[in-house]
Amino acid sequence: MTNSTRNRIKDKAFQFFGIFCMLIGLVFLGALLVDIITRGLGRIDWDFLTSLPSRRASRSGILTAWAGTLWILLLTSLIAFPLGISAGVYLEEYTKKSKLSSFLEINIANLAGVPSIIYGLLGLEVFVRQMQMGASLLAGALTLSLLVLPIVIVTTREALKAVPPSVRQGSFALGATKWQTTWRQVLPASFGGILTGVILALSRAVGEAAPLIVVGALAYVPFVPSSPNDEFTVLPIQIFNWTSRPQAEFLVNAAAAIIMLLFITFLLNGVAVYLRNKQQKKIKW
Amino acid sequence: MKASEKIIEFLLWLAAAITILITVGIIWVLLSGSLPFFQEVSIVEFLTAKQWTPLFAQKRFGIMPLVAGTFLTTAIAIAVALPIGLTIAIYLNEYAPSRLKRTIKPLLEILATIPTVVYGFFALTVVTPFLQSFIPGLAGFNALSPGIVMGIMIIPMISSLSEDAISSVPKSLREASYGMGSTRLQTAFRVMVPAASSGIIVSVILAISRAVGETMIVAIAAGQQPRLTLNPLVPVETITTYIVQVSLGDVPHGSLEYRTIFAAGIVLFIFTFALNNLSFWIKKKYQEKYD
Repeated sequence: MTNSTRNRIKDKAFQFFGIFCMLIGLVFLGALLVDIITRGLGRIDWDFLTSLPSRRASRSGILTAWAGTLWILLLTSLIAFPLGISAGVYLEEYTKKSKLSSFLEINIANLAGVPSIIYGLLGLEVFVRQMQMGASLLAGALTLSLLVLPIVIVTTREALKAVPPSVRQGSFALGATKWQTTWRQVLPASFGGILTGVILALSRAVGEAAPLIVVGALAYVPFVPSSPNDEFTVLPIQIFNWTSRPQAEFLVNAAAAIIMLLFITFLLNGVAVYLRNKQQKKIKW
Repeated sequence: MKASEKIIEFLLWLAAAITILITVGIIWVLLSGSLPFFQEVSIVEFLTAKQWTPLFAQKRFGIMPLVAGTFLTTAIAIAVALPIGLTIAIYLNEYAPSRLKRTIKPLLEILATIPTVVYGFFALTVVTPFLQSFIPGLAGFNALSPGIVMGIMIIPMISSLSEDAISSVPKSLREASYGMGSTRLQTAFRVMVPAASSGIIVSVILAISRAVGETMIVAIAAGQQPRLTLNPLVPVETITTYIVQVSLGDVPHGSLEYRTIFAAGIVLFIFTFALNNLSFWIKKKYQEKYD
């Protein structure tokens, strides 16, 4: 066998190995989805969605969990988005390249890499203890807001970067101020991109369990929260709790709750991807 | 007119400044929570003792078993994610037709969007029993199963960051290699991967940092037994799991046991902070080589 035939065989072999590696990922993903759907889908009915948690698996529902999840999504949006988008606008539109702005940039990149459970410790000490919010929805939402803030800031900046300078120059030439230019020209032009980032941030927040457990969210909450000061649980915590029980019936409940959680996650991601594609097609500067 | 512009700019600045406040807050919380701990427990004992039993009557405060558990699950995850992720990156760049690339990438990205509690459920109830069918000594809680599952979760992180790095290598290098008669494989491993090595290393470091801080998968499937071991078949406990374990229990606020989670947290923070900054440093130092 000549050298070049040998090399060609190796080349082919690696091609198959590459396909094999992709299949590992895809087969794993498929197996996970199929396993969870076959185990949990039969358990989902109206009662499951509208019942309070119970000691008996067959009577337990996820009403408090998904109500808590919706509350958390709402409050986190209200806190994180104005803050994150404002910070992104400041960093992209208002600062010049300086020591301070590059320090802010490194700091945000660092925050994005801090494990979520550390944010839990921050929320526990600052919001739950110092500000005496207790293990409330508000404390949980504030904690998650800090967690997703870097995502919102970074995607906002990227969306603003995509707006060409000519748009700003045109606006300035007509006598608009900096803020008028930002508010009436740049922000509307980058709206789709910002929205995509915002939805991705929400999909991250909706799956988080660890920081909320540290903040003190409970697995068992016997009522639907009615104000931001109430105690709460969320779907991921309910899933965690059911998964840690020894009885097999609770695993079925966990699988059913996972279907609901995946539904929300995939829905949010799907909308984000759709918006991004639409945005890329529509705008040609 | 001028005044309102100034006020708006100030408010925007305030929002940006909050990010610094968050960093200061994290460091302050970790330090103020763990300093009282280190007044009672010497740092030497904390770093060298071989047992971690703060919740038992016989209290020992050696962080090493938790570090070992974290190291073990992270090492398994990287052992899974690095070869697979890098192979996928090379395959997509050097071999795959662009249509396949456009279909596969978003499918793999789904792996990164699934909440980690779901992976934990799958590791405990499917992967562990599956592994037990051919690894006889495997305990119900172990480092192996969550390690593998965590590895698969971070495949898209390594594959997409490495792919970006490889595809930013100038075309001329690849063409020169083909011109010399190299195969795609030789081009990939002798030209493209070495040229993209800094980006690939950055992707691996970020993946390690992600695995070190991962909580729910290990909290569900790795167990809650701090153990100074590198045996992947027995239950272990990671730093993150310990924090969850204490948070779920009834530990009184202000007690020494309560403060242990801040001491554990500061160790976790130092690890991930060091890894993240190492990756920034590498990126900054090597990134503009080809521009």
